[in-house]
Amino acid sequence: MSTVAIPVPEATVPVKGEGRPTPWWGMVCLIMTEATLFAGLIGSYFFYRAASKQWPPPGIEEPKLTLSIIMSFVLWGSSIPMIFAERGIKRGNQARLRIGLIGAWIMGAAFLGYSMKDFSELHFRWGQNAYSSIYYTTVGLHTFHVFVGLVMSGVVQIKAWLGKFSEERHVTVQVYAMYWHFVDVVWLFVMPTFILSPHIK
Amino acid sequence: MAVTDVPSQQTHGKIHPEELEEIWADAPGTPGFFSTIDHKRIGMRYIYTAFFFFFTSGLLALVMRDQLASPNNHVVGPEVYNQLMTMHGTTMIFLFNTPVLAGFGNYILPLQLGTRDMAFPRLNAFSYWIFVLSGIFFYASFLTGKAPDGGWFGYTPLTDKAFSPGINLDFWGLAIVFVGISTTVGAVNFIVTAFKMRAPGMTINRMPIFVWAILSMAFMVLFAVPAVTLAAALLELDRLFGTAFFIPHLGGNVLLYQHLFWFWGHPEVYILFVPATGMVSMIIPVMSRRPLAGYLWVATALIAIAFISFGVWVHHMFATGMPVQAMSFFAAVSLIVVLPSGVQFFAWIGTMWQGRVRFTTPMLFAIGFLLIFLLGGITGATLATMPFDWQVTDSYYVVAHFHYVLNGAVVFPIFGAIYYWYPKMSGRKLSERWGHISFWTMFIGFNMAFFGMHLLGFLGMPRRISTYPSGLGWDGLNMISTIGSFVFAVGTGITLVNWFHARWWGKEAGPDPWEADSLEWATTSPPPEFNFASIPVVASRHPLWDQRPLPTANPNGDEATKSLGPEGAEHHQTPETTGLDARPTATLDLPHPTYLPFLVACGIAVFFVGLLIQAVLVGIIGVAAFVVALTWWAWRTEVDLA
Repeated sequence: MSTVAIPVPEATVPVKGEGRPTPWWGMVCLIMTEATLFAGLIGSYFFYRAASKQWPPPGIEEPKLTLSIIMSFVLWGSSIPMIFAERGIKRGNQARLRIGLIGAWIMGAAFLGYSMKDFSELHFRWGQNAYSSIYYTTVGLHTFHVFVGLVMSGVVQIKAWLGKFSEERHVTVQVYAMYWHFVDVVWLFVMPTFILSPHIK
Repeated sequence: MAVTDVPSQQTHGKIHPEELEEIWADAPGTPGFFSTIDHKRIGMRYIYTAFFFFFTSGLLALVMRDQLASPNNHVVGPEVYNQLMTMHGTTMIFLFNTPVLAGFGNYILPLQLGTRDMAFPRLNAFSYWIFVLSGIFFYASFLTGKAPDGGWFGYTPLTDKAFSPGINLDFWGLAIVFVGISTTVGAVNFIVTAFKMRAPGMTINRMPIFVWAILSMAFMVLFAVPAVTLAAALLELDRLFGTAFFIPHLGGNVLLYQHLFWFWGHPEVYILFVPATGMVSMIIPVMSRRPLAGYLWVATALIAIAFISFGVWVHHMFATGMPVQAMSFFAAVSLIVVLPSGVQFFAWIGTMWQGRVRFTTPMLFAIGFLLIFLLGGITGATLATMPFDWQVTDSYYVVAHFHYVLNGAVVFPIFGAIYYWYPKMSGRKLSERWGHISFWTMFIGFNMAFFGMHLLGFLGMPRRISTYPSGLGWDGLNMISTIGSFVFAVGTGITLVNWFHARWWGKEAGPDPWEADSLEWATTSPPPEFNFASIPVVASRHPLWDQRPLPTANPNGDEATKSLGPEGAEHHQTPETTGLDARPTATLDLPHPTYLPFLVACGIAVFFVGLLIQAVLVGIIGVAAFVVALTWWAWRTEVDLA
């Protein structure tokens, strides 16, 4: 066994390191696994669809489009103020952080309100057939994610107003913003599947 | 090459180790028990808890074997037999194999990487509490006398409310979702730890194979567990809330359940098998006194298995009447997975061939594993072949196959790992003599118990039956199998006794009793709370073989390098390094002990109890506790670390 002379790496260890912080990587992993959950639900939707003669099944009308599309763009658009907030705090701009967070929250809340109204107006129960079950479960799970995102935003916003974040330390904002973008991206798949695709014959 | 000095414990005369102990120590007694976030304590708990379930579930198996020992037996009735069978299978997969490997990962990974804890120590504690609470939740079913009885796979429509009206299956479905949280959170922790916490210089091609294996396992978990969570959750939605996912006359589809279940189920086999091979890849080179042959090939094989494992699940469903073209794809992929396993196999043989083998107990278990896995792997390839599978599906041949892979090829490496790493965990060596006796008893008992099952399968004995008539030619083989299972149980019991005996009376092990190569042997046995006072600097795949004395970072360097040295330990810090080439880039402040993980886990447990007994108020209390504790947790993040 030979002994090798090891040079000590010329390391600089700043508090704010290059690359992403560990919580960021943790959230990436969480998103991967959650995305798989939604992929499973969307896959199940098409599995049911492939096995049925008529889709949606008899007695269920196709999802309404106009308001749904408008509100979807509100949700997707909420990523813009979120990016505004994130980039703001990276430069130490507390005002941009607060404005961006509240902007995204209002847009998300508007979407949530619309979703609740939409659910209350559906003419089918979740136990009616497989279509209704997968519809309620998947769209409901996404709506729940929006709700959770808004609650999380509450915590982040209170911290933002108390000035807990700084140019160097804002991992919470970074990680939360990524979760919010994820919720938007999921809708990019759930919405075309559940709202648009039944119209394609 | 005996090692007496422990270079990484040198503190360069500035800070005394006792002071560091004080900074890192848990509170004594009960508060410390519930608030600890030390990866070593959590890892040991994982191992103890998982082995509690192993022996419990083993007892269930002995009752089953007792029932099957002779024809028309009346030890237990069919209802009880179904419960034993379901509890045995589910426990072994979810509450023993998966968590015990997580336990070894937890204990060993940060030590092998040369860091002071996992990336997310609090999440680590959380995943343990979820595991133990879900286990209690699952086993509480025995207290009600209505344990799950739908098989460990819980196939619909048998498990629908219409055919299984009792609370039995609700315990099962909810427990699967519950324990999945623990597995997933653990996987996230392993991935981030392996990529971001390695000692300076431990580039990705210097990672120990065990770390590669845990990494491969963790990625499989991320993409596989959601599928079983979905299968069980949709089943529970059907059972508790009246949806129609698996109810055929409402457009539900029972095959979808099988797809979701096996989309997790087959990667799960590798989730268990891959870390076990990682253990073997640590043991064989050390006991052969040479580096592992084909390191690069083995690491690649581990990653390849993770990918291929997602393309094989339909071979569990060959008898369900799917189009042959579709099934052929999965049959082909199932045969391809033999290749990376074969690569590893030859790497192990090559290592032994070129080395000088020491037949210690860990090595015996590793060699026993090779023999058993050879047979289990071959029968696996036969089952991937559709025409053969159709002949033996749902017969004892399948039972024989999966016990060879899941019991033989996973439990034997785990026992090897116990003998290998016990000195590190306790500071004492297990008795080699009783280790040898334990191995041979287990090995003989195992083959007696399970080899005959291949033949029983050929003779037409179906799985999942509680008894059988005489005169079918099954009697003798069943009796041998029952005797073998008791012999196997005695063998495991010997190791159990050995474990507790050695805790007090074992020989002192010293830091490196095996003259091994990886970093966990560079610190004292058992390691101090902070693992390494000075983080070692790595320039080789086998730092303890190639680097004498093991260098540590220069503590007299500038402000920035200090987290590598004892000053970092003093400030409760550890370095964060880059993902591929392990350059230190940041200082990570490790959190202090906290009750929050335990409280969050309790909130989730209360929520699941609420679902089980259909009590809205209990559910709401659980969610409220969960939300409050989690908010508090999130709130303190910057407070703790600033």
